[in-house]
Order: sequence, then C-alpha cells, then structure tokens
Amino acid sequence: MISGPIIEARGLVRRYDDVEAVAGVDLAVNAGEIYGFLGPNGAGKTTLVRMLCTLLRPTSGTAVVAGHDVVREPTEVRLRIGVALQDAALDPGQTGRELLELQARLFALPRPLAARRVAEMADLTNLGDALDRRVETYSGGMRRRLDLAMALVHEPRVLFLDEPTTGLDPLSRRQIWAEVRRLNREMGVTTFLTTQYLEEADELADRVGIISEGRIVIEGPPEDLKRGVGRDVVVVRIEGDPELAQRVLAALPDVEHVERTGHELTISVSDGPAAVPTTAAALATVAGVTVREMSLRRPTLDDVFLTVTGLRIGGPEVVANGSDETPDAEVAA
Amino acid sequence: MTALAVPAGRRGGFLHDLMTVARRSLRGILREPASVIPALIIPVFFYVVFVGSLTTVAEAAGGFDYEAFQLPVAIIFAVTGVSRANALVADIASGYFERLLLSPISRAALLLGLMVADFALVVALCIPVLILGAVIGVGFETGPAGIVAFVLLAAVWGVAFTGFPYAIALRTGNPAAVAASFILFFPFAFLTTALVPAEALTGWLATVADFNPVTYVLAALRSLVMTGWDAEALAQGIGAICLVGATSLGLAVLALRRRVRVP
Repeated sequence: MISGPIIEARGLVRRYDDVEAVAGVDLAVNAGEIYGFLGPNGAGKTTLVRMLCTLLRPTSGTAVVAGHDVVREPTEVRLRIGVALQDAALDPGQTGRELLELQARLFALPRPLAARRVAEMADLTNLGDALDRRVETYSGGMRRRLDLAMALVHEPRVLFLDEPTTGLDPLSRRQIWAEVRRLNREMGVTTFLTTQYLEEADELADRVGIISEGRIVIEGPPEDLKRGVGRDVVVVRIEGDPELAQRVLAALPDVEHVERTGHELTISVSDGPAAVPTTAAALATVAGVTVREMSLRRPTLDDVFLTVTGLRIGGPEVVANGSDETPDAEVAA
Repeated sequence: MTALAVPAGRRGGFLHDLMTVARRSLRGILREPASVIPALIIPVFFYVVFVGSLTTVAEAAGGFDYEAFQLPVAIIFAVTGVSRANALVADIASGYFERLLLSPISRAALLLGLMVADFALVVALCIPVLILGAVIGVGFETGPAGIVAFVLLAAVWGVAFTGFPYAIALRTGNPAAVAASFILFFPFAFLTTALVPAEALTGWLATVADFNPVTYVLAALRSLVMTGWDAEALAQGIGAICLVGATSLGLAVLALRRRVRVP
C-alpha cells in the first residue's frame, strides 16, 4: 500500500486585505483517502481548496500536492489533480462528449488513451444519449456528473471537489456520492472534498476536518469525532418490571449508566451498535421483560461541531438540506 | 513514491494548444451562425447605400469608378470588430476559463488560438463582398493575385483589430463592456476616406483621417483594385496594420497576463 501524505499543507494562510480567510492550516491527507473538509459558509473552505489546486497563491505557508509545490511547480500539480469547483463550469454550447474530448486534448493525452478515457468517462456520466446533446439542455445533476467526469479524464491521482452536491436534489446527491466512493475504492483516487453538509462528510469521508473561522478546529475519522463528544444512547420501552430491567442492564459490562422514566429506559453505552443485541438479549433472558420499542441514538457531526465551536453548523441552507430544525417562522411570513 | 508517478497528461506544445483552442472556437462559430449574420449583411448594406446615393456625385466630381472605390470599404466593414471576445467573456463568467487554467495548456494559446479562428472567420466574411464586387463588375487591376492580396490584407487587418475587444474581455470579464467595444468601430471606419478620396476631405476631418490607420489600409486595398501593384501604398497599409496590431495585441497580452496570474 501507498504511504505518506499526498496532500500536505504547512501553516497555510490566505489574507484578503485585513481578513484572514485561511488562518494557518496544517493538513496531511494520505494517498487513497477521502478527506472531508467540513464547515459553514464563509469558513474558508473554498479559499483553502483554491490554494491547494493552484488557483490562489498562499499569503504564507506551503502546500505540496502529489509531490509538487503548488506555488513553484503549478503545472506539475495540475497534471496530477482533477478539480470540480462549485457550480459546474461548463461550456453550454457544446455537447458533453465534445467537452470530454476537449479535456483530453487540453491534457494532450496520446490518441488511443484519449479515446479510451473519453469512452470510460462517457460511461461514468451515465448520461446516455444526452451526452451528444448540448450542455445547455442538462439538469443540475447531469451537469455535476459531467463536471466530475471531466475532472477525471486525465487520470488524476488526487481529486478536489468543492461542495460537489450543493444545490442538488437528494437523488442526484446520492448518485454523486456513489460515484465518488466507487472512484476511491476501485481506482484509488485520493479525494479532498469540501462540504457544508454533515451527512455528506459522514457518508463519504474516511477523515473529517472541521474548519471554523479559517482554522481546523478538530480532525479525525467521523466515528472517532462523534465518540469524542458524547455517548451512544440506547432507548428501550419495555413491558414488565422496569426496576429489575434497570438493575440487569446496569450490570452489563459496556453499560455506563441507565436512567428510568416509567417504562422507558435510557442506556448510555460506549458502543451503541454492539450494545443493541446484548441489551436486548439481557432484557429478554435475564430480566424476563418484553421489549416494545428500541432505538439507538448516536452523536452526529453537528454535535461535534457544536462542541468544538459553540456554533451550529449552518444557516437556513443547511437546515433545508436534512437537518431537523426547519425554520418554520420564515416560511410562515 | 507514488506521488512522483508519471501522469497521463502532459504539455501538448504551443501548436497543439493553439489548434485546440482554435478548433473549439470555430465549432462555436458554426454552432451559432446567427452571430455572424450582421457581419455578412452590414458591408453589403453600406455598399449598396453608398454606391446608390453617391456614385453620380462622386464620379461627376472626381472622374473615377466609385463602385471600385467602395469595394475596400465594404471589406473593411466586413472584417473590423469581428472577434470571439463574446465567447471569451462568457467563458470567464461561467468559470470555464478557470477550468482551462487548471490544465497545462499554454496561456498564450488561450488568446492566440481565438485569433486563429478569427482569421478563418474574416477570410470567410470576405467572400460575399468579393461576390458582390464580381456581380457589379468591379475588376481588379492586379488580377487574381491581387484578389488574394486584397483578402489577406483585409483579414490581417481584421485580426489586428481584435486585440481591442479581447483586451476589454480579459480586463473586465464583463459582457456589457465587450458589447460596448463595438463603438470603437465607428471612428475607425468613418473618420477616414470611407466616402470620398483624401483630396476631397476638408478641415478637421482631413487631419483626423491622416492619423487614422484605416485611411492607409483603404489606400492599399484601393490600389490593388484601381491602380495596380503600388509598393508605397501597400507598404503604408501594412505599416498601419502592424501599428494597430502591435498596440491592440500589446493591450490584450497585458490583460491576459493579469487574467491568468495566480492571484
């Protein structure tokens, strides 16, 4: 297996006038990883990704991507990275296939390789006949899929995706996720993606870095981060003797404590998924009660974000895309 | 180290990059033939109007062939101000230009490739004017070689002028500013010998026309139609084109460098 970071940033800073959009970021992404860069709007995600893909010069600090310095050897970096920025940037007057072919020419792929890659990427877009229609007729999801395929024509080692699913419907979003995961698993493409969606980072990323006000405030695999901020909680509603059930559960090795409210028991555990079968078995066989309802609640990345920054992650945009706090008041007006 | 593995892509070389940009531009032109229609109609329209309204007066006063005199004006109207600056500014606005910058393509080719496409387009735009001249019966004193020289001179002039809209497109990234660059055409095209010969111009217009490069381009084109091979007229015309080309291309290259610099 490959070792050593393929993206490495040290003390990366970008200042606009008096504002530090990125205020000192150290980063190491290993080859083959999917790294999710999570933060609210204006946190500095886009500024960081633009520095890493040679579109923006760092005010200070260094970044090495795929073995080359982004400031000193930008062309070497560009040959090895694929980039799909926010709002798929496409030429509406050409067809999807023409854009893929143009992409192969821009990277001067030898003819047989170009033909093979265009065919492979044409498959990947899953656009069917639409591939030979002009891009102006495409939906948002189709544009994003083409955008992603264009970023990959030249077989990059590293893929940068800046908010790849912002503004997409849930189905299109799932298709993009499936594609990113497949590229990573089957072709080993290292992926650096920024997102403001907790669900997206949770779903895709091997490791997540949370950025707030230009700094990475916490970093790690999503599971570890979530475990770090709170316990998993198993909630059961039973029929039978709740006090006995509470005593039995409290004696189980992985259970930290059990609260009782009527016939409902709230069990704090270190590993929720593992605790579900053991608690269920203990309740049935040892306590002799019947389980009526059982649910597992785990900490979310939102809980992590709240803990480390004291803020909820999003404004209304995030809320509208999957959080449970819908701002009804705004709609009511 | 995997990080050092050989990438599939590479630099294609200047010529490859130039033709990549030019081919895409030409395809864009063929996709939107409507955008070329004004450039086809305007010269024919003005030719018909000028010849129809002024031939009697001009020929009575000057004793020369006004139909032949006007043909170079038609060709200047056909090729001046035609460019892919609209497409360029659309690329900048959509972010597609940035995607081009994320490839190893030569930065100069991003501009010069458009000019290659422009050259092909303006040569094509000369054809209806030549047909018009043939229908009316304008003969070339310099013969078939003169016709080729006539088209080449006009086409090179047309491309030399494109630097201005490209400079505006690259500097501003603003479609409205590019559209407004069309007004540059008017002083160049009319404050000159478009309607009457230099001797007939009076006062301030005579002075302005002396400084307008189009005056010399027209004189060179007219010499090919009306008088035969005239080295001095051709040299002055080519000199005027070089001067305008150097200025406009200089502005465009400055604007390009600013646009492609990593901010």
